[in-house]
Amino acid sequence: MNKFTRLISKAVPLEIENIDTDQIIPARFLKTTTREHFGENLFRDWRLTSNGIPIKNFILNNSSYSGEILLTGKNFGCGSSREHAAWALLDYGFRVVISSSFADIFKENTLNNGLLPIEVSDKFLKDLFQAVQINKNTLLCVDLEKQILKIGTTNKDESFDIDSYKKMCFLNGSDDIDFLISLKDKIKAFEKKHSEFLS
Amino acid sequence: MAKSLFDKVWESHIVMNIPGGSGVLYIDRHFIHEVTSPQAFEELEKKGLPIFRKRKIIATADHNVPTKDQHLPIQDPLSRNQIETLSSNCKKHNMKLFGLGHKYQGIVHVIGPELGITLPGMTIVCGDSHTSTHGAFGSIAFGIGTSQVAMVMASQCLLQRKPKQMRIHVEGNLKKGVTPKDVILYIISKLGTGVATGHFVEYTGGIFRRMSMEGRMTICNMSIEMGAKGGIIAPDKTTFSYLEGKKFSTTGITFKNAIKYWKNLYTDEYALFDRKYSFDASDIEPMITYGTNPGMGIKISQKIPKHTDQKSLEYMGLKNNESLIGKTIDYVFIGSCTNARIEDLYLVAKIVTNKKKAQNVQAMIVPGSQKIIRKLREEGLDLIFKKAGFELRESGCSACLGMNEDQIPSGSYCVSTSNRNFEGRQGHGSRTLLASPLVAAITAIEGKIVNINRYIEENSLLN
Ligand code: SF4
Repeated sequence: MNKFTRLISKAVPLEIENIDTDQIIPARFLKTTTREHFGENLFRDWRLTSNGIPIKNFILNNSSYSGEILLTGKNFGCGSSREHAAWALLDYGFRVVISSSFADIFKENTLNNGLLPIEVSDKFLKDLFQAVQINKNTLLCVDLEKQILKIGTTNKDESFDIDSYKKMCFLNGSDDIDFLISLKDKIKAFEKKHSEFLS
Repeated sequence: MAKSLFDKVWESHIVMNIPGGSGVLYIDRHFIHEVTSPQAFEELEKKGLPIFRKRKIIATADHNVPTKDQHLPIQDPLSRNQIETLSSNCKKHNMKLFGLGHKYQGIVHVIGPELGITLPGMTIVCGDSHTSTHGAFGSIAFGIGTSQVAMVMASQCLLQRKPKQMRIHVEGNLKKGVTPKDVILYIISKLGTGVATGHFVEYTGGIFRRMSMEGRMTICNMSIEMGAKGGIIAPDKTTFSYLEGKKFSTTGITFKNAIKYWKNLYTDEYALFDRKYSFDASDIEPMITYGTNPGMGIKISQKIPKHTDQKSLEYMGLKNNESLIGKTIDYVFIGSCTNARIEDLYLVAKIVTNKKKAQNVQAMIVPGSQKIIRKLREEGLDLIFKKAGFELRESGCSACLGMNEDQIPSGSYCVSTSNRNFEGRQGHGSRTLLASPLVAAITAIEGKIVNINRYIEENSLLN
């Protein structure tokens, strides 16, 4: 996992609620056995027609919006557990996703891949959309250490929550697997006293 | 202190707590399939890590398998490679695989329970969101991502923060023609798709107590559709008798002792929940969805709500305030981990015996497992389906997610017994209406959506 401390970037406003992972990356693109190249098919059916022609009014096709931050409506990432959705967003170039709520599995997937999910209040989400829509060059400033998200043009800010262990993972670029492996002796001891009806 | 069923199972699986509030949760069963496991095997290999507890991993091929001519080589090279990668990974690590052609192959959430691999009180994970299905047995079961698949392979544990808890209570009597699928579609239509985010849901009340295991699985299966991490139902006599004699469940003396253990798995009277909802069973009717998320459901006889999201209605080719009764349908798909169990197919058989599907409809039945297919054949149900003009396929996820060639063409309407009506879920441009197997079967016969209550009365069905 890559380290993450601060990011100052423009944002792409995708103002739709309940976006499911089937939209983020449709199932027919999940046939590979590696983690690479999913960005090509990010939001595939919203981005391109079946003949591969870009759909004009889809925000990712609007070149005046860019940046490493995706701003999106509530309940983002619901549906299928496919981690490919997080891989596709990262591969496309996003490092932060902002919403007022994320689906549980999607959120864990982003946290395990170094894509920072920031949950803001409904009110602040509105402010964010407004700021970016009024001025496409609005910079958002993410400070993970202080857990603060700030809108450059208006100076409004809001603090956000993150699990302290996960925060440390982002700051150090470390992940769960190494930590879990370091606990093997404890896990083995646990197994000895675990009920036989669960074995 | 009074504890919930969830608390009891959770606490018995915590290896240790870490600062920040997360715990190291031990996992008893880990199901894997071809789509979300290859990158996990790759990660382990890259890091030079062994698989910690092979015996606890069960693999099957389901998401991306053809449902026709499964004995022949898979035509699509990408799909073939994915299935072969699963086989070679399992072979290399000497792990149990119910792959293509195996007598136990099937949809992961169908085979776990039917083989007795899923047992009460366990923690169960799989790289698939509908792992929530297994909660029907009183286990903590939830879907995980591929990085977590690798973590469980390497340590048999996951770092988890304890979710909040919700209780959904339904009392009363269900009307004729109302199936477990209608119950869960009704609940989601009332509460919405994000209501249970961050929560585990326990279902309580008379209707769940009287429900078969198949029905309970349908309920828990769709918990994820309201955002829940999982659903759970306390095990009882119905659970124990379902498990007795199953291939991998404990047998003889140990089975008796296991029942003693399982009987402790219930929610104490004064246990606290973060949120509670109650419904009256008599308010529930046969349901159908009209939109592009599973919360957009109505009683079949109702009209589409007036202020429905336009983007969604446009995609579906429907209008505000429109009734679905009389709407012509092009496809009927009876399958998926929600409703492709034997009980679902018995219900379909009951409706279609001595009838013929409408000409304008293509009807497909994709049973959840090879075991179910054998049972259908033994009892001659395959012939009933054939005579009625239904195509009976081999088992897999099929048109539930449109990953293989079983896809609904763009613009076509499909009444489906699966769990998701997202845009393009069943194929690019496909229009899905979720419903019960009963509604699906009747729709196939009539070629259009009908008023189910009236239809049941007029045809003296389900008496
Ligand atoms: S049947 Fe559908 S929902 Fe169930 S596991 Fe397969 S793809 Fe997922």
